[in-house]
Formats: sequence, C-alpha cells, structure tokens
Amino acid sequence: MAVFPLDTAPRPSPLLGRMSAPPTVEFHGVTKRFGDGPLVLDRVSLTVAAGDFVSIIGPSGCGKSTALRLIAGLSPLSGGRIAIGGQAPEEAAAETAFVFQEPTLLPWLNVAHNVELPLRLRGTPAAQRAATRARVLDLVRLGERAAAHPRQLSGGQKMRVSIARALSLAPRLLLLDEPFGALDEMTREHLNEELLAIREQERWTAFFVTHSVAEAVFLSNRIFVLSANPGRLHTEIAVPLPYPRTPETRHSPRYHEIVANVSRVLRSVVDAVA
Amino acid sequence: MRRTLLQILLPALTAAVVIAIWMAINLGLSADTRFLLPGPGAVIDAFGDQRTELSRAAWNTSQGALIGFGLAIVVSVLASLLLSLSPLVRSSLYPLLMALQMTPLPILAPICVLWVGAGLKSVALLTFVIAFFPLVVNTTQGLISTDRNLVEFFDLCRASRWQQLFHLRVPAALPYFFTGLRIAATLSPIGAVVADMNAGTSANDGGGLGFQAVIYASQAKYAALFATAITTCVLGFLLNAVVLGLGWLALHHWHDSYERSDR
Repeated sequence: MAVFPLDTAPRPSPLLGRMSAPPTVEFHGVTKRFGDGPLVLDRVSLTVAAGDFVSIIGPSGCGKSTALRLIAGLSPLSGGRIAIGGQAPEEAAAETAFVFQEPTLLPWLNVAHNVELPLRLRGTPAAQRAATRARVLDLVRLGERAAAHPRQLSGGQKMRVSIARALSLAPRLLLLDEPFGALDEMTREHLNEELLAIREQERWTAFFVTHSVAEAVFLSNRIFVLSANPGRLHTEIAVPLPYPRTPETRHSPRYHEIVANVSRVLRSVVDAVA
Repeated sequence: MRRTLLQILLPALTAAVVIAIWMAINLGLSADTRFLLPGPGAVIDAFGDQRTELSRAAWNTSQGALIGFGLAIVVSVLASLLLSLSPLVRSSLYPLLMALQMTPLPILAPICVLWVGAGLKSVALLTFVIAFFPLVVNTTQGLISTDRNLVEFFDLCRASRWQQLFHLRVPAALPYFFTGLRIAATLSPIGAVVADMNAGTSANDGGGLGFQAVIYASQAKYAALFATAITTCVLGFLLNAVVLGLGWLALHHWHDSYERSDR
C-alpha cells in the first residue's frame, strides 16, 4: 500500500471554515423528533476528542443513524446544538464524509468515476481528480479494478469503493452508518483491519454505527451505548487497546474482556426496552 | 459457441416451418380459392412487378414513421422532465395524455387532415401521437424512480438540482426510456401505415404503404397485398433492431438486464 506524504493529498476547495486537523465533536443536549412523531433522540450530550474513533451501539430505534445524519447536517436538530471543531454541521459539511449502509454506487459509472464523483460535483479540475482517485483506490487496494463497473464487484469490494469515494473528499470527519452490516464475517473483519490501516495514514475523527459489539471494540477507542425510545446516552465505555490493532488483537484476553463487558451493558439496555 | 449456433438455428428453423406450412396450405387450396393465400413464389413475383410502387411507398412510410418517432422522442423527453417535477404536475397533465392515447387514430386522422392537410405532415403527426404515450409514461416513471439512497448521497454532496438531474436522474431513467423506445419503435411503423390509410394522399407520389394496400385490395392484387404486409413488417424489424442496438450501447456495460447468465 503506497503511502503519500500528507501535503500532496488534494484538499477540497475552502468553502466555509477550514479544518486542518481532525475536529472535536460535541453534542449539547441534542434532541430530535420527526414532525409530530415521538422523540428519537432525547437531550444527548457527549464529547468526542479530535482523532477519536467512536462507535455508537444500541438497540434498534435508539436513534444511532439519526445521530449520524444530524452530524452530517442531513437533517435539522429539534433542540440542542452540535459543534464540529466549533462549527455547526452545515459549516463543517465540506470536510465531512458519509459512508452508507449500502454501497450506493452509481451502477452506470465505473469504479474510477464513482470514486471521483463527489469531487466532480464540487467542480474539482480533472487532473486533481485523477490524482485523488489513484491515491484513494490505492488506500482500499482497488487500483486494479478502476475500470470495472459495480456489478462486476463483490459486496466487500463495492463497500471499499464506497469508502474510497468518501475518502476522496479528504474528510476530517468520517461518518459510517453500519457500512459492513451486510457482509459476511470474514470480509467484515478484513475491512475492519483495512479501515484501521487507512486511519494510520489519514487523520480523521470517526463515528461508526454498528450492531456488532466485536466490531465496535476492535475499531474504536470509545463506545457510546444508546438506549431506545427515546434514544438517550446510556453509557460511555473506553477501549484501552493500543493502536495499531491487528488480527492478533482479537485473540488477546483484554479484547475478549472488553467485548464481554460491552455485551453485558448492551444486553441490559436491550432488555430494558423489551 | 454452441449457444450462438442455436440462437441462429432456432429462428431459422421457425421461419422454415412457417414457410413450409404456408406452401402446404397454398397447394392444398383448390384453383378457384388459391387467391385467398398466394404462395411464396407469387409474392416474390409481386415484389418484382411492384418494386417501383412498393419502394416509393416504403420510402414515404419510412419518412412519416421516422419523423413522427423522432418528434415523439424529443417531445416526450421534455414532457417527462416537466412531469417528473411533482405529483401535482402529473395528476394535472396525465388525463390529457390519456385522452390523446384513447382517441383512435381513424378519428384523429380527419382532424389532422383538417389542420395540416393530407400526406406526410399528417402521417408524421399521427405517428407522433401513437409513439408519444409509451415514451412519456416510461421515461417519467424512470425519472421519478431514482434510488432513494442515491438521492440522499447527492444531497450529502450538496449537488445542485441540475447536477442531480444530469448525473443521477437522467442516467437512472435510461433503462425505462429504452423500454418506452422499444414499444414506440414497434408502434411507429404501424401507426404510420394506419395514418397513411386514413390521412395519406397519392398526390405527388406521396402515398405510403397504407395507401398502396388500399389500392392493391381494390384491384384484387392479393399477392402484392402480401408483399406490402411483408414490407411493413421489415420496416418494423429494422427500426426495432436500431433501437435494440442503441439500448445495448447505452446499457450493456452496467444494467442488470444485460448481465450474462453464464457469468
């Protein structure tokens, strides 16, 4: 995997405020309801340090994905405030990237064109797009498949293209909404490792929504457990495993201990809902 | 390889069986009823005898069909873009489109003649009416059926309305457009022939295949009538082949309908 010096990495044009380092993310009493519906998130307050890899877990309906959409500025808050490096979500949008549950690739574009689409929509010149495309496809080890169309790729490969597309924006904040949920166990573990390997080269703050405790523990340095109906912050759990993490990490007693602990907490939250 | 061979052999076999049955029936008919189904030989002779009339009529019909078809494509795409704007626009305009589609061609034809005169203009206009409906319905459906996840991705990219239209909605609608195009390509030559029967004219050698069919029928030239039928058929096949080819060019590298099952 090629390592590029950070300063050659193309950056998006400065739209609003520029963040050069990964941002902190703060929730101050964040509340969300859709229309007249029930509360989805109820006075959630949390602080994420710059460069943290945070996982959000919780039972269905706890508002995990909604929280991610609020950070992305895809949906307005009903109450409270979110600060990303001190900015509102809409202001930080230019340096925020989102990875969906589905790969959401355009089937008529090949891998290369899919990856550079966000830059194209921003009017980035072709030469710069090509450089970025080569860099991010290298990061996800898909440089060879640049000319392939999505239907020719496996589920795991499509997800890697989706991640490369998110990285093409040189984001400082990466939001991932259960990106590996539909993949088989083995592929998921490989992609977890690749994601952490990329993180060694690209600095961003990450929010990762998942249903898998093992995945959350392996990836993150902090885990937020939400309770459901309405979504409230239940517990914050630190994961004191050193980076870089390797497949060996999954065999360490410390890892198993944390997974067991987080599972117990999650179980109590789920049981409370049921 | 074996598959390709079968793909050529089977249709050829079908054609051979049809011609064989045709000849058998023709030979089975008595001398005074044979005119009901002229044999292949008689039809081929009619092609020779009538080549001037038939080729002129085919050319006139082709013009009408192509102009109407082309006009239908342009107008339907623009109309679909308009219709895709909102459900309100659709519910206010669909009844009008339905009304146009529900009115039979032989009734529209004299109105058309009244407005633009008999001949090519009328034939093209009536063909347009026939081809327009499947195109506009399918293309509109395509434009409003864009994958919601992809729309959300474009929102996240802060794409403008125009970017969303040209980078997302239009390409996503292409398979639907080509479905409409295939139906319209089948209807256009038929529409042009029926229009020609009802709104055609033989003035300035302007008659098409529909007009020619009426003449042959009145002169009891039944072999020539069959030759006219085959000519119409061939025109339809040609237009369909072109449309299928265009659809393949636009879609084969990404759309699932062109996925090879033996992959």
